[in-house]
Amino acid sequence: MSSLTVTDDQIATPAKVIQPAWVRVMHWTNAVAMILMIMSGWQIYNASPLFDFRFSHDITLGGWLGGALLWHFAAMWLLMINGLAYLVTGFATGRFRKKLLPITPSGVLHDVRAALTFKLGHDDLSVYNYVQRTLYAGIILVGVLIVLSGLSMWKPVQLHWLVTLFGDYPTARYIHFFCMAAICAFLVIHVLLALLVPKSLRAMIIGR
Amino acid sequence: MAKRSFLIPGVDKRLLIKDSIKVMPDIARRRFIAGGASLGALTLLAGCDVIDSSSADNLLAKVSKFNDAVQDFIFNPDALAPTFPESAITKPFPFNAYYDLDDAPEVDGDNWKLEVRGLVDNKKSWTLPELTKLPQFTQVTRHICVEGWSAIGSWTGTPLRDFLKLIGADTRAKYVWFQCADKDGYNSPLDMRTALHPQTQMTFKYANETLPRAYGFPMKIRVPTKLGFKNPKYVVSMEVTNEYKGGYWEDQGYNSFSGS
Repeated sequence: MSSLTVTDDQIATPAKVIQPAWVRVMHWTNAVAMILMIMSGWQIYNASPLFDFRFSHDITLGGWLGGALLWHFAAMWLLMINGLAYLVTGFATGRFRKKLLPITPSGVLHDVRAALTFKLGHDDLSVYNYVQRTLYAGIILVGVLIVLSGLSMWKPVQLHWLVTLFGDYPTARYIHFFCMAAICAFLVIHVLLALLVPKSLRAMIIGR
Repeated sequence: MAKRSFLIPGVDKRLLIKDSIKVMPDIARRRFIAGGASLGALTLLAGCDVIDSSSADNLLAKVSKFNDAVQDFIFNPDALAPTFPESAITKPFPFNAYYDLDDAPEVDGDNWKLEVRGLVDNKKSWTLPELTKLPQFTQVTRHICVEGWSAIGSWTGTPLRDFLKLIGADTRAKYVWFQCADKDGYNSPLDMRTALHPQTQMTFKYANETLPRAYGFPMKIRVPTKLGFKNPKYVVSMEVTNEYKGGYWEDQGYNSFSGS
């Protein structure tokens, strides 16, 4: 008997793929890109802080402004290409529609209440609850916004229409900062929840 | 396997590096900062002591070159930097340099001459009165610093492209390279297409007054399509050249195109 033969057992209970390969690859690529962007971004922020604080040198990337800019403008390609591929695939395969919609206010309210009282179940990982849908859809929007505000700071003359969309150059800079803050807040919640439901983390690594 | 460490235990690595930078000669210091800049970063990233960080630095340098090419490709020589009404001018317009204002070059306008070198027909030097006789225009534009802050100012002077035409510069050359009166010999290359941009200006006045020392008396090159460090102040010479000669900040790792 050839080793390629499929056994009855395998046909009977095919393990359900919760996270397809493209989602996993893009998710972890994005994780790396985001962390590089955030840490080098903090170093860039330190050169001319918007607020009355600086990020500790221990959590920044690049060593100094010039080094941080090199990292930021290198990792941006990873973030943009991966992000664009994710958006295109997400829409084209219908995954965004199937997984993230609908988002109803009553559903969100119900699930937030359930989450806060630790009654939100995660029995079926293939279906996102309303808290997840809101967070994931929201963070995709923030991701788009941070790239667009970043581009308008990078090329304010060539992309002056984009800057105008944000108001002006300093406003784009504040938006870029607040998007970073939103992503950091999301990261904390996201990682915390993944650790609370380890099988979701497993699914994001091996797919099942 | 025991990890080898070249660092002295108990000594703050950053302070050690800072101290050693101080005693280095200037050129070595620049190379050191440019080359070693991401050592700490990589250490953090890999979570261990990285002894050889050159591969990461090489990769970053390559991506930076690629970014130069991309920026050059998407640069539209007809796209104008936004201009603003006088009411939008930032007051006071900041003085900004890697030294204090007290250390800024004090150029004697009477003896100052702009030297013109390289691929030009007429290599005669220009005095300040000769230059300020040329037709001048005022533009209110935003100056954007590599650090992220920005300020709107009013600049008056002669379009650099008019001057390049006047001296018979070979505008097919790749760069116009500026040298300044700063004690370190600040310099910066400007790609020819940006040099020929209609808003790139040889600036002699700020807010309709003689350019103050803080902003680069007697002449600054105002380039609204570039970041601030590519706007040389206290200019003493310009060279039209095909050779990339580097620049004060460019050599330390700032992207050379740095166009906005």
